[in-house]
Amino acid sequence: MTSDFSPAALLIIGALLVPFFRGNARNWFVIILPAAAFYLVSQLQVGSSWQVHFFGFDLTFLRVDKLSKVFGYIFTLNAFAAFVYAFYLKDSTQHMAALLYIGSALGVVFAGDLVSLYFFWEVMAVASTFLILARKTKKSQAAGTRYILVHIFGGLCLLAGMVIYITQTGSIAFNAMTDRNWGTYLILAGILINAAAPPLHAWLPDAYPEATVTGGVILSAYTTKTAVYTLIRGFPGWEVLMVVGCMMTLYGIIYALLENDMRRILAYSIINQVGFMVAGVGIGTMMSLNGSAAHAFCHIIYKALLWMSAGAVLHMTGKSKCTDLGGLYKTMPFTLIFGTIGALSISSVPWTSGFTSKSLIIDGAVHEHLMWVWLILEVASAGVFLHAGIKFPYFVFFAKDKGLRPGETNKPMLIAMGFLSFLCIFLGVYPKPLYDVLPYEVHYQAYTFNHVIAQFQLLLLSALVFFLFLKLLKRTDTISIDTDWFYRKGGRLFYYIFDHVLNGINRISDRVFVGGLAKNLGRVSGHAPEILALAALVPLWSAAGTTGRKLQDRVARTRAALATGTGPVGISAALATLFVVVVFLLM
Amino acid sequence: MKQKKEFDYFDRPETIKKLWIMLYVLCGLTVAPDLFTHKHPHFGFDGFFAFYALLGFVSCAVLILFSKLVALVLKVKEDYYDK
Repeated sequence: MTSDFSPAALLIIGALLVPFFRGNARNWFVIILPAAAFYLVSQLQVGSSWQVHFFGFDLTFLRVDKLSKVFGYIFTLNAFAAFVYAFYLKDSTQHMAALLYIGSALGVVFAGDLVSLYFFWEVMAVASTFLILARKTKKSQAAGTRYILVHIFGGLCLLAGMVIYITQTGSIAFNAMTDRNWGTYLILAGILINAAAPPLHAWLPDAYPEATVTGGVILSAYTTKTAVYTLIRGFPGWEVLMVVGCMMTLYGIIYALLENDMRRILAYSIINQVGFMVAGVGIGTMMSLNGSAAHAFCHIIYKALLWMSAGAVLHMTGKSKCTDLGGLYKTMPFTLIFGTIGALSISSVPWTSGFTSKSLIIDGAVHEHLMWVWLILEVASAGVFLHAGIKFPYFVFFAKDKGLRPGETNKPMLIAMGFLSFLCIFLGVYPKPLYDVLPYEVHYQAYTFNHVIAQFQLLLLSALVFFLFLKLLKRTDTISIDTDWFYRKGGRLFYYIFDHVLNGINRISDRVFVGGLAKNLGRVSGHAPEILALAALVPLWSAAGTTGRKLQDRVARTRAALATGTGPVGISAALATLFVVVVFLLM
Repeated sequence: MKQKKEFDYFDRPETIKKLWIMLYVLCGLTVAPDLFTHKHPHFGFDGFFAFYALLGFVSCAVLILFSKLVALVLKVKEDYYDK
């Protein structure tokens, strides 16, 4: 259809126009853009358009089907809420970076081929870095640098994989991959880095908590979820993803339980939640793939909501550590209520959106008789309630009153949170609009009596454990070592080792070759003519009867003559002749 | 000017006691239907009495204890990376 306009292009062009607006007009502009993009997504017809011939490749910038549309909907919807939330912000750099980031995330989702996908993938990495750097603290600069380095590495894996894949198949089309070889595994690795799968996940809890207040909200949605989209599109039914996904769910919980910083808790819970989606892709049935897409959809909403409430607290108090926070229910009741709705949704409490989406994945595992996958996902569901459902609101808004009286946050933030809270409950009570836009047809009823009771049993007993074990969960002013240790401390260790080993070799070489060998060689070369000459002449003179003082005199004179190059012509000529004779004989 | 008394309902010991009772009652209420409902277990063992309650309790307890265990190795001071 010629009438289709790429929503990605709209946001990217919009990003370039941001500097032309001032004050409130700019904030309205960035709110209207994603709303318009949402409308564009809704108008897209299934099919491929925006095809460009580029360096011998036929690129497709707009491949529309149900899968790309569902991600298009949620990406633009969430962007709209995020920019409402950011209404207070007077920073065009952040707005531009955010629009470029979201625009290129849409670019990935609508890319019909590997080349254009890769292009947007890299733009995303670069643009998102600015949302971290914009915090302008020393920590955020360092974290931002590490963030981009990891993503460059991930991008290179992806690129290497694509080059192998394209060479082998001769096609740049991006569809479900069936061959399992170096090429596809490298592509998978590149994607899994963006999905924050351990051990390649540490960039996320390292960088996101250092981002700006709104940066955190925006970052939480796009990088990991474009990765989920790419997995659903390219790797459905790859069994290894079940293992990776299950591991992610548990890994996220353990670390979130250890964490003290509220935004770092939420960062680890992204890993946990994306784990459910990755496992769904690994199961690979229509039901579980639907589940992964639906869960990405709902997750973006409630996770943005959680980041928003944490952001509001950070914005008002300037603090983000649980050890510094507590008792905020007195002065930030609306933030508490909205944050709690997000917390209940992530825990998939019945009648919230998490329940209607996650159940698709878990029941997908049951339908395939995957007992272990099912069991781990149930255990992880219980754990979600522990770390995100209760821990986050409890330590921030209740627990011990730390005497903070910040007052409620600004209205636009509350409106954005209210909007997302409404969506969380709406999609929980009435999931049909979501089910209708999923890639495959849904025949599923989440609300059966047994299912609801089972879920309440699981969650309430988890809550009981939380409060019974409260002493063990007491916050300490600590951080936890994760795999980023290898390039943060390990980097220094690496540096130390190589500093000592290489510089040691250098020093020894210096002593042996420069100080010793070269010097000796120089001396030998310098004195070689005299040594050779005297070796030949002294026996000759001795044979001729020269002895004692006279001989010593001659030796000294010859030495002086050779050192200054002023030997008598006769001797020089004799030596030269001797040399020629020796060379002649040797030949 | 007389200051309005601050809302501190959740700090009061009697509230906390009430909430504890409420939590226990709710736990009981969700387990109770298992006495008389007919379940359709898929794997067999998931049809046991109060299976999900037990699963929730045990898995959370294990997760917390396990995290305490790994904390011994993984938890470090806030300025660990700055040194």
